[in-house]
Amino acid sequence: MPKSKLKVVNKKTPSVDGHAEMMGRPVYTDDYAPHGALVCKMLRSPHAFAHIKNIDTSKAESLNGVKCVLTYKNVPHVAMSRAGQGAPAPSPIDKFILDEYVRYVGDEVACVAAINERTAEDALKLIEVEYEVLEPVLDYKTAYRNKNIIHPEDGISQAFEMGFRPKENVAATYEMEIGDTEKVLSQCDVVIEHTAESQAQAHSMMEPHCSNARLDDHNRLVIYSCTQTPFHMRRILTKTLGLPLNQVRIVKPRVGGGFGGKQAFHCEFFVALVTLRTGLPSRMVYTREEVFSSSYTRHPMMITMKIGASKDGIIKAIDCRALSDTGAYGEHALTVFMIVGSKVLPLYNKVEAVKFGGRVVYTNHVSSGAFRGYGAIQGNYVLETAIDVLAEKLHMSPIELRLKNSMKEGETSPIFEVMGEGTKGTPMIMESCKLPYCIERGAELIGWDKKYPRVQVGPHTIRSVGMAIAMQGSGIPFMDMGSSSIKLNDDGSYVVTSGATDIGQGSDTVITQIVAEELMTTVDKVTIYSSDTDLTPFDVGAYASSTTYVSGNAALKAAQQMKDRLIKEAARILEVEEEDIDFNGSVFKAKKKELTLPELARQITYSKDMKQVSVTESYFGHVSPPPFMAGYAEIEIDTETYEYKLLNYVSVVDCGTTINPMLARGQVEGGIVQGYGMASCEAVLYNSQGKLLSNSFSTYHIPTHKEIDKLTTEFADSYDPTGPFGAKSVGEIGIDTPPAVICNAIYNAVGVRINDLPITPEKIMRALKEKKR
Amino acid sequence: MEVKFVLNRSEIVLNVRPDEYLAETLRGQGILSVRVGCDESNCGSCTVLIDGKPSMSCSVLTAQVEGKHVTTVEDIQKEANLIADFFGDEGADQCGFCLVGFALVVHALSLEYENPTDEEIKNYLVGNLCRCSGYNSQMLAVKRYLAEVKKHAKK
Repeated sequence: MPKSKLKVVNKKTPSVDGHAEMMGRPVYTDDYAPHGALVCKMLRSPHAFAHIKNIDTSKAESLNGVKCVLTYKNVPHVAMSRAGQGAPAPSPIDKFILDEYVRYVGDEVACVAAINERTAEDALKLIEVEYEVLEPVLDYKTAYRNKNIIHPEDGISQAFEMGFRPKENVAATYEMEIGDTEKVLSQCDVVIEHTAESQAQAHSMMEPHCSNARLDDHNRLVIYSCTQTPFHMRRILTKTLGLPLNQVRIVKPRVGGGFGGKQAFHCEFFVALVTLRTGLPSRMVYTREEVFSSSYTRHPMMITMKIGASKDGIIKAIDCRALSDTGAYGEHALTVFMIVGSKVLPLYNKVEAVKFGGRVVYTNHVSSGAFRGYGAIQGNYVLETAIDVLAEKLHMSPIELRLKNSMKEGETSPIFEVMGEGTKGTPMIMESCKLPYCIERGAELIGWDKKYPRVQVGPHTIRSVGMAIAMQGSGIPFMDMGSSSIKLNDDGSYVVTSGATDIGQGSDTVITQIVAEELMTTVDKVTIYSSDTDLTPFDVGAYASSTTYVSGNAALKAAQQMKDRLIKEAARILEVEEEDIDFNGSVFKAKKKELTLPELARQITYSKDMKQVSVTESYFGHVSPPPFMAGYAEIEIDTETYEYKLLNYVSVVDCGTTINPMLARGQVEGGIVQGYGMASCEAVLYNSQGKLLSNSFSTYHIPTHKEIDKLTTEFADSYDPTGPFGAKSVGEIGIDTPPAVICNAIYNAVGVRINDLPITPEKIMRALKEKKR
Repeated sequence: MEVKFVLNRSEIVLNVRPDEYLAETLRGQGILSVRVGCDESNCGSCTVLIDGKPSMSCSVLTAQVEGKHVTTVEDIQKEANLIADFFGDEGADQCGFCLVGFALVVHALSLEYENPTDEEIKNYLVGNLCRCSGYNSQMLAVKRYLAEVKKHAKK
């Protein structure tokens, strides 16, 4: 359908849930905790690495009000992956619910459930643990084949060969090569090598991780959780606890932000076990310190890019080596690692050879996991700063170099076929790619020609600009599946039940719009319920930028089928052929006969041949069309203090059709600011014993209203024929460019390139001092 | 200990522990609009108004509100609804966990300032963190709300 004919999709539509949230309705997980539920609290390891020689919980158990204490001795000893991914698990199966080893400061030792929080906290103090403290591995560069082995235990495994070598502290390994990279590099006129490191960024969603559990009227276990993956959670939880899958229901209420941090398990095993053991409802809410130091972080990485080009600026070969730190457990170790290559390197698709590989190692730090950007941001930071290094060496403008070498519509990259997520990939042609437009329009909006590389605006004030490009994906082809059901109400309105997991990104709104558009109605006629493993159809969950594309396509298919069904029913009632019916969303017309939709709904509900009209459809992608963007920043830096501020961040994004233009803008801008935090201020600090020191919002600074002045966000006119109404994903693309853009802008201002994030004034000053030497 | 205060314009007498914080007390009273994001007065999600001033209820002892007026979003539903209109129109609402805090702070701002500058708005909102929106759309929504309030005040 041409965009000009759209009535709901691509039109300004307020989110379906915004008012309830603003007005304070009880809609989040902990708001649903049963009154008087047992409070679960976790005893956490004070050591980065230790063996529990003995644990005595008798004093805690005898404390008045304590109902249950869980340790490794009394919970199932079944290895699993907490990652919240599909099956077979593409992450190492290396975690026990509770274990006799603790592998980072904050790791789980014992869980107490008591009648109130104070009692639970008092009980934690009564648990006596005798630790054999082991020497931890705290630097991921020394982890490989370190004498201290983080996972020496038996019973852990990999579901398929991913290079999992626990005795070498290796969670996963990956290598690929297309062409002969070394040979092509040796023939290049110019070769640059560039290495940079990125940190263990914290998701910092506003709602802390929480879950609660109760037994329902059928004596089944019902868990409310702020999860991104309710269906994966049900599968993994029941398998690990040895329960029939149908004895557990997971409900996902509104979620106060996820960003990948809630894809994996957090409280669910514990509330499940407590409620099963005691028969009593239970709840668990992480403290903010626990969110920082006992959930998941972004994978820190060190990446080296070697790029070769001809002297006229044709990029011929890229060799990318990466080392990733998965922390104590291997959640998303392999898949995040592969994205460093697969959703970054195809940007420069004219190469004759490309190579990517390295390993993901264990350390005794907080476990890394899924985080918006998912490897692409780490890879993009290094590739897109390396491209600027190359441009300088070639005496070319960074824009010209990118325009010359980057992906264009109708083109492809052999990487798509070779690399997927954990497995082989899928070949695909870029049916939509407005990257050249994004680059040119972004330059125009930032005023590049007048501002590049820098303008002195005061005695010690410089303004400069920097840019980068990025791509992402739209779900995982042949792996991600979403589904929607639609039923007709007796007044002609609809109820959609969708497996898609709204974690704040607005998927309930987007799916409502897609259904309303296809059924030629308005959003107020469509009610949506999502993410309840009993009541809604299956969906893999909110990850991999899949919801709009995969779940949206499922909703579109369901709406198409509903339309067909309605026409069939109308033809029967009007006694005409289906082909004769003209349906405009509210009236069926055929040969001078008319039937309104409410009248049809009333008749088939209450008159003869009564029935419930409902449909269910599913969708899985055969391709994963990447959204693209160009990001530009203008910064102002004080050359006495090297403090800098962001004056404007321009994003020009090709995400196909924006189903909801305002929410799409929100996705991009939220991503930009989260990426800007990673680039500029979100410093991760551990002490020498491996304790995370940046464990609160006062010690870990995320951007506030004050850091953000101006964001300029535009969308390219683009249409992907495989997406619902032409849409591609938009959830992750926004976060990818800021680290490289800010690094490039700082270089353009003061001539030093900061190769580890975040880029702080101290690091700039130090680099300048070193340069002068 | 016994604490007497005015909650949303009704006097209330509660028996609380001396070390109990207001956020816990209010949630215990079924005021679930109080969202606890960090429990250490950094994020602003648990904001309530105490005698009209935005305060983070996670860090105010319930004993401290003796004799004071505590306002939660339940008492400013009309204003919150209008703020939500503008947030929705600008696409500034995503996960929504921070929104109640914003509603109360923006309402207080509108009462305290007649013509706030951008700088003053930012200073007022700086204690309320949002990880979703990028703030830009929120700023646009807040300014539109303030303009609307002013328009009606003039009438």
